[in-house]
Amino acid sequence: MSTSIGKRELNDAARDLLTRTQRGRADFEDLVVVPIFAVIAALILGALIMLATGVDLATIGKSFVALAVGSVGSLNAISETLTAAIPLVLAGLGLGLGFRAGLFNIGAEGQLLMGGTAAAIFAFSFPGLPFPLLMLLSLVAGAVVGAFYASIAGILKATTGAHEVISTIMLNLTSYQILNYLLRQPYIQKEGRADPISKSVPDAGQLPLLLDWVDPNLRLHAGLFLMLIAVAFVWWLLFRSKAGFAFRASGANPDAARYAGMKSGFVIVSAMATAGALAGLAGAAQVQGVLERASPGFSAGIGFDAIALALLGRSHPVGILFAGLLFGGLEAGGRQMQVDAGVSIDLIGIIQALIIVFIAAPLLVRAIFPWGFRKDAKGGSA
Amino acid sequence: MSAATTNQTAEEKLDSVQNRRARITGIVLILLALLVLFVLDVAPGEVATFKLTGPRDAIKVPNLVVPGAFNLVAAALLAFLGMRQFLRGGGRWSSLSIGIGLALVVLAFLVWATAGKSFSLTGMLQATMVRAVPIALGGLAGVLSERVAVINIAIEGMLLAGAFTGALIGSLLGGWIGLAAAVLVGGMFGMILAALVVTFRMDQIIAGVVINLFVLGVTSYVTSQVFAEHRYLNNAQVFRAWKIPFLSDIPVIGPMLFNQNLFVYGALVLVAVATYYLFHTKGGLRARAVGEHPRAADTLGIDVYWTRYLHVTLAGMVAGFGGAWFTLGFVGRFDENMTNGRGFIGLAAMIFGRWHPVGALAAALVFGFADSLQQKLALLNTPIPSEFLAMAPYIATIIVVAGLIGKARPPAADGQPYVKE
Repeated sequence: MSTSIGKRELNDAARDLLTRTQRGRADFEDLVVVPIFAVIAALILGALIMLATGVDLATIGKSFVALAVGSVGSLNAISETLTAAIPLVLAGLGLGLGFRAGLFNIGAEGQLLMGGTAAAIFAFSFPGLPFPLLMLLSLVAGAVVGAFYASIAGILKATTGAHEVISTIMLNLTSYQILNYLLRQPYIQKEGRADPISKSVPDAGQLPLLLDWVDPNLRLHAGLFLMLIAVAFVWWLLFRSKAGFAFRASGANPDAARYAGMKSGFVIVSAMATAGALAGLAGAAQVQGVLERASPGFSAGIGFDAIALALLGRSHPVGILFAGLLFGGLEAGGRQMQVDAGVSIDLIGIIQALIIVFIAAPLLVRAIFPWGFRKDAKGGSA
Repeated sequence: MSAATTNQTAEEKLDSVQNRRARITGIVLILLALLVLFVLDVAPGEVATFKLTGPRDAIKVPNLVVPGAFNLVAAALLAFLGMRQFLRGGGRWSSLSIGIGLALVVLAFLVWATAGKSFSLTGMLQATMVRAVPIALGGLAGVLSERVAVINIAIEGMLLAGAFTGALIGSLLGGWIGLAAAVLVGGMFGMILAALVVTFRMDQIIAGVVINLFVLGVTSYVTSQVFAEHRYLNNAQVFRAWKIPFLSDIPVIGPMLFNQNLFVYGALVLVAVATYYLFHTKGGLRARAVGEHPRAADTLGIDVYWTRYLHVTLAGMVAGFGGAWFTLGFVGRFDENMTNGRGFIGLAAMIFGRWHPVGALAAALVFGFADSLQQKLALLNTPIPSEFLAMAPYIATIIVVAGLIGKARPPAADGQPYVKE
């Protein structure tokens, strides 16, 4: 297409060079200013929506206080925030990795469900294994099954060019049915139950609680370390390893990466598999740390929220960690808000969606908040 | 000279791709033949009885009695089609063979499931049509926006918005105004999508995901915050079936096509209108040009941005109408996330139907059939778990997208933003 270098391309190249010299400032705006403004704008719009549905001002004030108290106001709140953040960050890391490699994986939800179920099945199948071993092996089982489920879409994309968005959506829908079927099998279903629900994970397979010595009701579990290790690992993988370089190169310019000798098929399949492993791990952490068993829809939309998370964190592991803490805080604070102010927790869903709109369309944020940006700033990429 | 050589190799390559595809098609058909022969085997003595008319129908038709030997015939036919594809591999025959093959498998499955029992075919076809409506309209919305090269993941959210608005306004001001409001709100979300991707050049898939999340959030929030207290806001009148005289008395297809409510007729009319518009009018040609090669269309004086805005908004209106089916055409009240992935299935129907309105409708009927069959299977006591039947359409979609059987080709510029020079 663009064999001849037109004036436009030259202009673009010149602008590129200019922005590269002002890198620090642009990065700062992209990574810090836009997300902060996005969160503020989303909270304001959330308040307006509450007003529109007949919630009075005092209650709105109360609900924002509850949101803050419920997310960071006490040890219990912080524990809840971190607990909610664990699966979100794990799945978000996988999606962010995929975005870096140019893959739009919508299938975290399905991979998470399959991984979590696999972890539960593995854990109750080997109740004789001792504590750390069973817990670790169950986590591995979750990761492996998640990786396998995601690589279906990866292999299809690599061999036939099937668009990963469509195939992962279909794999999500398929996973719900697989789960419905599996959880009714006599071997898996909990004894004496008619509804689809798995047997419980034995104690040796559970992620131990971290704060039960303070108060047995604090739900924070050892998945926290898993999350931090995963952040470090993904950071190393993306920015310090050869495979990660291939991922990023393929995402930035597939043709250039191919000419440089990187195998696009390998990149697609391994990036999808890694993303799936992380999503499977998220499911396993949820099952082994919080729920103790698998049931239909136990993922509760974490796989979809993780998409938002990866966008908010700019597909950077550390960004995703902070985005996960924010979303975890919204989740925990939202529950408090529902109790204290009687405002439905579904409001959190709206706020999350609005945050992503503003993140993914920086032009919009710049239009709403003209200050805080350089005058000549052009809309960055989403 | 070199150009001629390249041309030749390109043709050869195309040929080998077609051959490979034909061979895969052949293998699939032969596998299906084996499936029918060994899994769906019916003792030749047994018969399956299909009831074609109910006790109150005007015109009585005797029951259709199919002997079990039908499955042997079906298996033989499948094997023949498969062998033919495998050995001779005619590109033109591929789709036809697959179509006939799938129909045979479904028939054989029905005979197998009903063997020794009786089963109302008419009732199931009617249910198929009803269940196909939201999927067909979702698929049509997808066709309209993807033909102008805007990927529309937001169909799910638009359906949900239509369902919600239909219930709310329908409860307050009556069904017709509720329906109009649902169409308008659907169109509004179409316009928002267009604004995000055309004007703000946001990634199309992200924009779609965001709209879905937003609509799910708002509708769930209002349902639990407002509807829970004020139930009268969520209690709409459902559109009753309109029986078309004489035509509805035709056995089998009468009740399926001519004794339905507004939404079924609306879906059929919209599919017909969209087909005519897209393929037989100047406007449709221009829309397709924008989807295939926006730069060329722009050069010829077609306003690419305006065309995209228009068609994505229209797509939203179609999806809003489809969404109203859930509340005004089916149950009369809104529940959280009641569309339950139907929009995504509509997207699948669009791909299955190869970006053609009639194809999307046909695919939606297949999905609707699988859906209603799944309900009926429980009655027939078949050993196949209903979950497998429920996932069949999704797996079929993956196979189609992967191009293992026939290649579904999206509009050339699908998903790419256009920047005016």
